[in-house]
Amino acid sequence: MPYEAINPMPVLPEIAIMLTACTVLLVDLYLKEKDKGIAHDLALIGLVAAIGLTGLVGGGAQTVAFGGNVVRDPMSDLLKGATLMVAFFGFVYARPWLKDRHLLAGEFYVLGLFAVLGMLVMISAGSFLTLYLGLELLSLCLYALVAFDRDSKAGSEAAMKYFVLGALGSGMLLYGVSMIYGATGSIELAAVARAVAEHGIADKVLVFGIAFLVIGVGFKFGAVPFHMWVPDIYQGAPTPVTLFLGSAPKIAAFALAVRLLVDGMGGLHSDWQGMLVILSVLSMGLGNLLAIAQTNIKRMLAYSTISHVGFIFLGLLAGSAQGYAAAMFYAIVYAVMAAGAFGILTILSREGFDAENLDDLKGLNDRDSWFAAMMAILMFSMAGVPPAAGFMAKLLVLEAVVRVDMVWLAVVAVFFSIIGAFYYLRVVKLIYFDRPDTDAPIVTSNGVRAAMTANGLAVLFLGLFPAALLGLCQASFR
Amino acid sequence: MESGFPLLTLTIWLPIIGGVAVLASGDRDHGVSKWTGLTFAVLTFLVSLALWAGFDPTSSDMQFVERTPWIPSFDVYYQVGVDGISMPLIVLTTFVTIFVLVAGWETITYKPSHYMAAFLIMEGLMVGVFSALDAILFYVFWEAMLIPMFIIIGVWGGPNRVYATIKFFLYTFFGSVFMLVALIYMYFQSGSFSILDFHGLELGMTAQTLIFVAFLLAFAVKVPMFPVHTWLPDAHVEAPTGGSVILAAIMLKIGGYGFLRFSLPITPDASASLDWLIIALSLIAVVYIGFVALVQQDMKKLIAYSSIAHMGFVTLGFFILFGILQRSGVSTGAVMGIEGGMVQMISHGFISGALFLCVGVLYDRVHSRQIADYGGVVNTMPWFGAFLVFFAMANAGLPGTSGFVGEFMVILAAFRADFWFAFLAATTLVLAAAFTLWMVKRVVYGEVKSDKVAQLEDLNGREAFNLGALAAAVLLFGLWPAPLVNVMHATVENLVVQVGACKLPAAESGDCVLPRPAPVAALGTP
Repeated sequence: MPYEAINPMPVLPEIAIMLTACTVLLVDLYLKEKDKGIAHDLALIGLVAAIGLTGLVGGGAQTVAFGGNVVRDPMSDLLKGATLMVAFFGFVYARPWLKDRHLLAGEFYVLGLFAVLGMLVMISAGSFLTLYLGLELLSLCLYALVAFDRDSKAGSEAAMKYFVLGALGSGMLLYGVSMIYGATGSIELAAVARAVAEHGIADKVLVFGIAFLVIGVGFKFGAVPFHMWVPDIYQGAPTPVTLFLGSAPKIAAFALAVRLLVDGMGGLHSDWQGMLVILSVLSMGLGNLLAIAQTNIKRMLAYSTISHVGFIFLGLLAGSAQGYAAAMFYAIVYAVMAAGAFGILTILSREGFDAENLDDLKGLNDRDSWFAAMMAILMFSMAGVPPAAGFMAKLLVLEAVVRVDMVWLAVVAVFFSIIGAFYYLRVVKLIYFDRPDTDAPIVTSNGVRAAMTANGLAVLFLGLFPAALLGLCQASFR
Repeated sequence: MESGFPLLTLTIWLPIIGGVAVLASGDRDHGVSKWTGLTFAVLTFLVSLALWAGFDPTSSDMQFVERTPWIPSFDVYYQVGVDGISMPLIVLTTFVTIFVLVAGWETITYKPSHYMAAFLIMEGLMVGVFSALDAILFYVFWEAMLIPMFIIIGVWGGPNRVYATIKFFLYTFFGSVFMLVALIYMYFQSGSFSILDFHGLELGMTAQTLIFVAFLLAFAVKVPMFPVHTWLPDAHVEAPTGGSVILAAIMLKIGGYGFLRFSLPITPDASASLDWLIIALSLIAVVYIGFVALVQQDMKKLIAYSSIAHMGFVTLGFFILFGILQRSGVSTGAVMGIEGGMVQMISHGFISGALFLCVGVLYDRVHSRQIADYGGVVNTMPWFGAFLVFFAMANAGLPGTSGFVGEFMVILAAFRADFWFAFLAATTLVLAAAFTLWMVKRVVYGEVKSDKVAQLEDLNGREAFNLGALAAAVLLFGLWPAPLVNVMHATVENLVVQVGACKLPAAESGDCVLPRPAPVAALGTP
């Protein structure tokens, strides 16, 4: 048996994150309370290094490593870069919030970094095993993060719910994987794809396998009818954690869907397409309708997430390279928008006060017109009003479904986006048309201000010049 | 025609850059931000005049065309150009914006720099709508325009502003998203997002009808046409003076422009078979809304309803052409209908803008828009009285003012199609005279009604400049409409040729109501 040297190059970003997480864990032991900021700085340095390494080892055609368990391709490069950047924003926004509550501890960053590691592993998974490994690493870290504020009852309750329902979702996924293994005899995605192409749908076990995979993906995305956990967890988790779990993991979930459904089960597209149509329409409908009734903005954004997931599914179910690229563009743009929107909430919170209700946004324009403008851009973007990026994302997925002759689905989608526009407008209304209830100043660090500026303007920029990112997305599915 | 210097791009982006500059200047020194804003508005107007000067009215082609890839993989281009239909509307936009800024000079005290910036950005976006030749670019400008208007009504509006502005936004948003689906559909039929390519596209009757309906939803809300007009009175009443002026003078015209740029040339067969619908709705707008206007107690509401009635005239003029084509086969009447609609749009831009400014002048002094609160204003404000009477006369379509020209042309064209259309349309002359002049009578003439009216001061220099300039425009185009008509004539003739030809694919040619074109490709396609 010839000895094959393991090529670590494709996983350098993962290694960097791993090392950073371990370093933070060690260094944190020796840090005094007032120096805890060092853990934060280390985590950011690690993320930047990982972004750099992703760029360095990225590019070019697909590389397969670790006996087919790890795949590095243009898609994984872009998704990793996006995940790391969104996580970077998440860490920056979280710091003042944690500091105010004396929660600025190394554990937050350790858990966060391991979650990022889990996402990276998922993104470049080449087999069911690595995929599941990454998913569980991510999920376990998130369960712990949701309960991070241990004195908060809502947080503990949310973590419990998240754990139970998340385990259920993972179980479904695992069940589906085992069936597919039974039907195809392999856990490697490439081998599964070959077997599927050979046998087709004839095998009934395979059909059940796909159904369970779609359920698992639906759980992780939070698509209706597997959305029950989303609003409670979003509301109960500490705001920076909501930010963290509401943004970057969507990118990872997209990778999960693509690896499973496209790379593995691409040959059976016509079989899972119908399931995704149902999930998508229900998500867009229910998400948008229920969001209207919310007064808690975190809960409102949770329902809004559900509706956006419906849009991401639109691109996936189209089943064309354009559709996948559109869904990818949507997932990345959504992660950036969600990070910004929750970022504003962390900014508005201060010691002893959490901005959670819609009314807490009242008169933001009078208190800080720059943050108000950024939030308005984010809200218009989520509503899909040009020139913000959300419009381009919606345009691209609509284009993808019209391309496969599902005009009715596009009409349904735009119809629900009109309903959706209402509750985003309500936020803009609160920011601009109402007077503030409080005159408490908004205190933030320059770092947070810079991150928010970059975040908001990125959404505008991606809307005005989407060609570059779109080009990268399209290159992933060629 | 390719032009070297991107004059059109400058007209679109100069005000937007100006808006950002005004925002950056902040509210520390109001003078600086106001003068910056005004400078940019005037510069934009001058640039648009240069555009007009360089425009060749004998050609129906797109001019000042610029084309740069925007999203290459989806064939989306930054493609702009003007023809005889968009040229006058662009100049109208840049012209009116100046007065809007001047009108808000002293009356806006809350964050005036944001106010100025919102109007400048909106100006750029509106010019963008009129000049976009790429469907996605058009849609981006079209929707982006809602944002500044939403904020203007919501922040500087009246007591019920939140309701009005959300209603405004959702109505227009509702109308336009279906248009987006139609645009994407046509992209897959034609392989490009270029509006000019859409013009040459062969579409079956079902597709045409659905696309026509999608466009109708978008444009009918914007115009606004009869059953979907209810957002307009609310928006007008609550908007600050400047917002009302922009809404009435330009935003409504974008709906009319959409009919000419999209509905008619892209779906001529569906338009021909559904023209009865538009004509019926237009006549309802003219007659029924005319009566509604008559009973209004609020001056702004009255002018808002009068706008709906006048815009009914515009849509009537645009869609009367099928009746004319089918009856006599001559196209001059059809051309006259569309040109009349266009002239009416421009003229209504001046007149309604001026009327809203007049109401703004009174409102700034008395803080009431109720007709009943006024009376005998002419005794204390003679100059203002003169202007208001003049604009009211123009609104009623007095010969010699620009209001007369468009209405006369449309009625003349309507006669060629059907006597009763023309008869009903002509009632507007009576109704408009009734509701406008009755309002003027109650507000301007009579005894001085209250102490507030007795203490009124006449126009200041700023207001006199605004009203004077608009009065000059109304008079100029009323007495000498030739330059306006000349600019659009070639384009409109070309449009009528295009609209008068069946576009159904060969398989459905039996259903053609319109004559099939000669095998040569339709004019205006590249």
